[in-house]
Amino acid sequence: MTPEEIADILKDKFGDKLTGQKFETAHPHVVVARDAWHEVAVFLRNDERLKFDMLRCISAVDLLEDEQFEAVYDLHSTNGALNAAQNWTERHEFCVRVRVPRDKPHIDSVADVWIAAEWHEREAYDLMGIVFDGHPDSVEGPQGPHPRRILCPDDWVGHPLRKDYVFPMEYNGIPAVTEHGQTRPIH
Amino acid sequence: MSWIENRFEEGMIITSVDWAINWGRKSSIWPMTFGLACCAIEMMAVGASRFDIDRFGAGAFRASPRQADLMIVAGTVTYKMASRVKRLYNQMAEPKYVMAMGACTIGGGPYFKHGYHVVKGVDLVVPVDIYVPGCPPRPEALLEGLMRLQDKIQHQSIARDRWTGAKKDAFAAATV
Repeated sequence: MTPEEIADILKDKFGDKLTGQKFETAHPHVVVARDAWHEVAVFLRNDERLKFDMLRCISAVDLLEDEQFEAVYDLHSTNGALNAAQNWTERHEFCVRVRVPRDKPHIDSVADVWIAAEWHEREAYDLMGIVFDGHPDSVEGPQGPHPRRILCPDDWVGHPLRKDYVFPMEYNGIPAVTEHGQTRPIH
Repeated sequence: MSWIENRFEEGMIITSVDWAINWGRKSSIWPMTFGLACCAIEMMAVGASRFDIDRFGAGAFRASPRQADLMIVAGTVTYKMASRVKRLYNQMAEPKYVMAMGACTIGGGPYFKHGYHVVKGVDLVVPVDIYVPGCPPRPEALLEGLMRLQDKIQHQSIARDRWTGAKKDAFAAATV
């Protein structure tokens, strides 16, 4: 199925919840409103025509100029059977993007739809600070529950891949910035 | 500092004992099995038959820091790993030595400027005896580093403080 056909199926079902689309690109995608994303995800997985049973990856994009974050969900369908050439007879892929404002970056978790989203969402929280509500591995933070960090230490401050991230001067007594005449400690 | 160090004045007997102790130490530097990143691959090559670190008596890679003399920090040390590196160093028994292998371990390497997660040199965490530059260093470079460490051990003396090299008065040390 082509991306246009998949988008038509989604439009019939959800209508104005699809806030944008782009097909003349190497990465054809639709943009889904934040409040409808979990519903759309369940539909994408369960619909007989689509059957997107695999979440390839979640990419987080920092749209600093638009004051937005964007989560990019790459979906893949392994529907069908292997043919003699060891290729899947029917498979298609699609991309859905969800945009949230930078000051309130909350997206519904889809870890209950695709189990692969579990650690992808943890990584997206750790490095970009997008909070996935209802994540199964949540911990309590100052601004409510958020996914547990996965790469940085648990007591790390900030989200390193944000464009406005400020490097720490020190972490747990270890000097972190050595450019400003930092001297080496005497052990 | 071990119990025997810095308790004697230098003399003919002490220097002879020094020679024997240092010969034993430098001929059996047991490294710790401690690879963090790609440098560990070169460290494994050094341990294997082509380069054969066992020629220098340092082929017994120990799986426990308590049995090891040398910690070869082979690879990128992240802030998350730094506390573990420090703990492993503290668990090693004296005399202990640290070799910083590769650019990341020496000073952050390619992550110096834009790496938010990398310690800018493992000497910010533990004291380092030998620096082996390279990205990653050739096995020969690691062997060279090991030989320089052997030189360093050969010039130790139980009459001197290992860390500062200072000679202390024997009687003052005994009364401490």
